[in-house]
Amino acid sequence: MKFSVMISEGPYTHQASDTAYNFTKAALESGHEIFRVFFYHDGVNNGTRLATPPQDDRNVVNRWSELAAAHDLDLVLCVAAAQRRGIADADEAKRNGKDADNIAPGFRISGLGQLIEAGIQSDRLVTFGD
Amino acid sequence: MSNIKKFLYVNRKAPYGTIYALESLEVVLIGAAFEQDVALAFLDDGVYQLAKGQDTTDVGMKNFSPTYKALGDYDVNKIYVEQESLDARGLTLDDLLPLTYEDEDDDWAEKDSIKVVSAAELAEIMDQSDVILSF
Amino acid sequence: MSQLHTVNKSPLDRNALESAIKHASKGNAVLMIEDGVYGAMKGTQKSGVVSDAMGDISFYVLGPDLKARGIDEGRIIDGIKVVDYSGFVALVAEHEATQSWL
Repeated sequence: MKFSVMISEGPYTHQASDTAYNFTKAALESGHEIFRVFFYHDGVNNGTRLATPPQDDRNVVNRWSELAAAHDLDLVLCVAAAQRRGIADADEAKRNGKDADNIAPGFRISGLGQLIEAGIQSDRLVTFGD
Repeated sequence: MSNIKKFLYVNRKAPYGTIYALESLEVVLIGAAFEQDVALAFLDDGVYQLAKGQDTTDVGMKNFSPTYKALGDYDVNKIYVEQESLDARGLTLDDLLPLTYEDEDDDWAEKDSIKVVSAAELAEIMDQSDVILSF
Repeated sequence: MSQLHTVNKSPLDRNALESAIKHASKGNAVLMIEDGVYGAMKGTQKSGVVSDAMGDISFYVLGPDLKARGIDEGRIIDGIKVVDYSGFVALVAEHEATQSWL
């Protein structure tokens, strides 16, 4: 089946991103296809490459990047939510007059339409939040 | 290939204390362009989002309640509000924003978008939905 | 249409579990995850909320979240099935839609 996942909270503060990651991995292992992983609200904070969490615990951002690379996943950060919270790619940074970008590898920034499309095109959509 | 799915946006949180009310409304507005079968559900503390008379001047946050009034223009006119949630909070339909839409199949007659439903009716609406977005 | 409802908060913290059960149609399933697994424990003030609904709704709890919180499976309400992440995936696949009670 085609699954999509929505993540509504940032890394570490809530378990949402962890549960979503474990779920996504299990879905892939079960042979399902992941259509899209969409990050909304504080979930966009999962996409910053500037995170330096303690070495003795999981690296939430990196493991999403790694999973995306291994399985060609589409990780999308909502542009409106990202703008509010200061997550930007090079284009966004330029467009909004910022002196830096911070998006992590494997993630891309796009509109809420991508979430709706995921709902339409997928067989199942699961939300992980607070 | 167009497949029309029943989308249900579930709102259970009060406005302003968290961003979920505002950002879920943003999804609804963008989603309206996709011509799906859209309905909104307000239950538990979510019913507070539709309260009349919101004035955010002194908290310094944007008052986004007028945006609910625009939903009718976006063809979003199935707005379910749960009776039990209103009752538990001492609210009635009169405390809520008068949300309306113009029915193109009825000579553009102005009609109420809000339908107050029981928990049992809402459960049935949820059970019939294809895609449920919770905020 | 059989649906899956996920609950991720403890019933003594939020009303999500009670609200999910109240809005779950007969034949639906409820899966407790993250802090929601506390709702699976026997002998709490809210245990009745689950056991009373047991006939109409199938209850599941995510094993890894029980373990993380030091909850022995022996302490969970009879009739709740423990699943792992692949079981979670299977539940999502089996049910027409999944609603998360946040």
